[in-house]
Amino acid sequence: MGIKSKLIVIIITSISLVQACSKFEPITPAEDEILDGPVEGLSFGQNRQFLAGDVAFNGEVFTSQTGLGSVFVATSCVSCHAGDGKGTPFTTLTRFGQIDSTGNQFLHLGGPQLQNRALPGFTPEQIPAGATFSKFTPPANTGLGFIELVSDEDILAMSDPIDANNDGISGVPNYAYLPTFVQPFQNAIPQNGKYIHRFGKKASAYNLLHQTVNAYNQDIGITSTFNPKDVYSGNNIDPEVSDLTVHNVVFYLQTLKAPIQRNRNDAEVQQGKNIFTQIKCASCHIPSLKTGFSSVESLSYKTFFPYTDLLLHDMGNSLDDGYTEGSAKTFEWRTPPLWGLGLSPNSQGGQYFLMHDGRAKSIEEAIMLHGGEGLQSKNNFALLSQSEKNALIKFLKSL
Amino acid sequence: MKISIPFLLLAFCFSINANAQIDPLLLKVEPKDTTQKSLNMDAVYNRPFITVGKLPVSLGGYVEVNWQHLGTDGVSDGHQFQFRRMTLFVASTISKRIKFLSEIEFEPAEKEIAIEFAAIDMEFHPLINLRSGIILNPIGAFNQNHDGPKWEFTDRPISATQMLPATWSNAGFGLYGKHYNKNWMFGYELYLSGGFDNSIIDNQQNKTYLPASKQNPERFEEIASGIPLFTGKIALRHSKIAEIGLSYMGGVYNKWQDDGIVIDEKRRLDVFAIDFNTTIPKSNTFITAEWAWVAVDVPNKYTEQYGSEQMGGFIDIVQPILKRNIFGWKDAVINIAFRTEYVDWNVGKFTSSNTNIGEDVWSIMPAISFRPNSLTVLRLNYRYLQQTDILGNIPSKTGGFSFGISSYF
Repeated sequence: MGIKSKLIVIIITSISLVQACSKFEPITPAEDEILDGPVEGLSFGQNRQFLAGDVAFNGEVFTSQTGLGSVFVATSCVSCHAGDGKGTPFTTLTRFGQIDSTGNQFLHLGGPQLQNRALPGFTPEQIPAGATFSKFTPPANTGLGFIELVSDEDILAMSDPIDANNDGISGVPNYAYLPTFVQPFQNAIPQNGKYIHRFGKKASAYNLLHQTVNAYNQDIGITSTFNPKDVYSGNNIDPEVSDLTVHNVVFYLQTLKAPIQRNRNDAEVQQGKNIFTQIKCASCHIPSLKTGFSSVESLSYKTFFPYTDLLLHDMGNSLDDGYTEGSAKTFEWRTPPLWGLGLSPNSQGGQYFLMHDGRAKSIEEAIMLHGGEGLQSKNNFALLSQSEKNALIKFLKSL
Repeated sequence: MKISIPFLLLAFCFSINANAQIDPLLLKVEPKDTTQKSLNMDAVYNRPFITVGKLPVSLGGYVEVNWQHLGTDGVSDGHQFQFRRMTLFVASTISKRIKFLSEIEFEPAEKEIAIEFAAIDMEFHPLINLRSGIILNPIGAFNQNHDGPKWEFTDRPISATQMLPATWSNAGFGLYGKHYNKNWMFGYELYLSGGFDNSIIDNQQNKTYLPASKQNPERFEEIASGIPLFTGKIALRHSKIAEIGLSYMGGVYNKWQDDGIVIDEKRRLDVFAIDFNTTIPKSNTFITAEWAWVAVDVPNKYTEQYGSEQMGGFIDIVQPILKRNIFGWKDAVINIAFRTEYVDWNVGKFTSSNTNIGEDVWSIMPAISFRPNSLTVLRLNYRYLQQTDILGNIPSKTGGFSFGISSYF
């Protein structure tokens, strides 16, 4: 082949490669294999706000120049919620305080959250003498907008404080006072000036604005107009994040899509789903809930499948850390949503860190840690054959 | 060092005016001195220059422009054209043994103008030369030998530019020298210079990131720690075998006192690098490689987000496959090339779980390049890159093509 022919071949090959360049780029993971991404049907304007929130949540890293600390737990939102999934022991946070519902008696000593890291030259917080504590592994973010829109009426309908139906399950909501920057939902059903909270391990956050402002402040040491208190000095200082950014992050969290179940028609998954109901897991991990009205059409009046009742349940002594928030007892934990469970390892370094503090390294171990109101289901699980257990776990991994 | 745009515009206007009065025949390309044996450390002088008449100043420079289409996990920003950088060299032989050379870089074109190198070299003896000014710290090989037209790839190595901070220059003084003995060459460089600051463990990258200190405009005037950064390198070359270089850079990086008041402990940074290059005689295959280790004293009460150890490097293999007259270009060369590179930004394990800290990246880049002459290169690259987050989750995958032209002028 002559030089001109070779060159022509090279040029044609090069042009062909360039023309088809996107064919040589890594493909998009299947939609049901990732947790991030917006709900379908957002308008162009809503997409823009989602992206602005995405940038703040996943792209903004705080430094000493931009307000980090001086004591903190993490340097960014994404540090705790990689891919919008669950966190790991690396960013597991510690809350400290008291054993009853009289309110946190250690706020003047840095409570409720331990900022266990500090900028160079500063000293991290220590848990004060007399305080009890518990460790919380960061939860997944996906589908939170749907959960926020469940009405108090629906939550109360799922509660059964006196176990009237005698099934051994007596879920209760966490009632707590609202911080001044949080407005109650229009259809809220307060009780003695307290409102039903729903986010967090103890259901101690009312809505996503409450959660976001607390996370900026307690996790990263970032003040805002909503909460201007500096976690290091205790003084009110200038805001370190703008109201716009906070609202964008809230919108981002509200409009993250719900996890999509995989292999839902698989026979073993179907069998596992039936077992899930038979052994009473679904008594607390309620498969479907519905949203009320939302100005975001994609969220309004939707049925979704989070596998939670948003209520507090007695989980037994082994999960009683002696610390609580709001009206929750020390042994009570909010039912965590199970959706996205199968994708947890994708954000937990290929492993599972389950239960409130990540102590369970597998789904089976997590089930076996259930006590209190979950004891009967745990015992039922233990009696299953290995193939039935496998089917149940396959179902849970499909979520 | 940043310099003002108005000043440069003024200088540019003067240069246009001056050129208008110069007979082009007076412009003379200064041939490279091929009789002198050279080491990688000679790269700053091993560049083409032109002289104007009898002016005692030589000029040169290079330019790099790229097209690329990259995608990460199926998401692409589409076609992108990038004017990566333009660099101007000004050199002057003040006297037989006193030289001045400077390198001013526009990178990218509209954002940053920086003096990357501006040093006066005084020779007292071939083994003892004093260099003073803004010097390129001789850590690894790439930092001193970074000109775009010398490489077959549109992107600079990740380990050399993001783990090591090439191009990394500081105000300082130092000594260098060379010794020849038949086929052997030995060279050394020892410098004291300005250095790093707290930003290497407190930055928007959310990881220990040495290049963060490049954003500090004060570093050419003030050392954050008040203690000079030491950089030293020795290099050994056999003209028929290879060159190997060993380098070290270290010192206290943080601002530990302010206005005489102690505000922190002194914290050290230590960097070791080894570099190697050779040309296999029969096949004319050129191989260059560099590997470096970074150790940073990160406070144990800070965050493991910022690693105390890093390591990484790259290897480039370039194989000429055709050398002949092509389209009228005499001795034009077509090369195929391959780069593989790796960086672990955070070596170690989490104390909380004893699991491995992720935060690493590896990449491969096959390439084809066309050199119509020794000063110009056209290069087509394909990159495939995998990047893992700190938790070691499923890596993001990036791939795509880039095409670029880089040329000395």
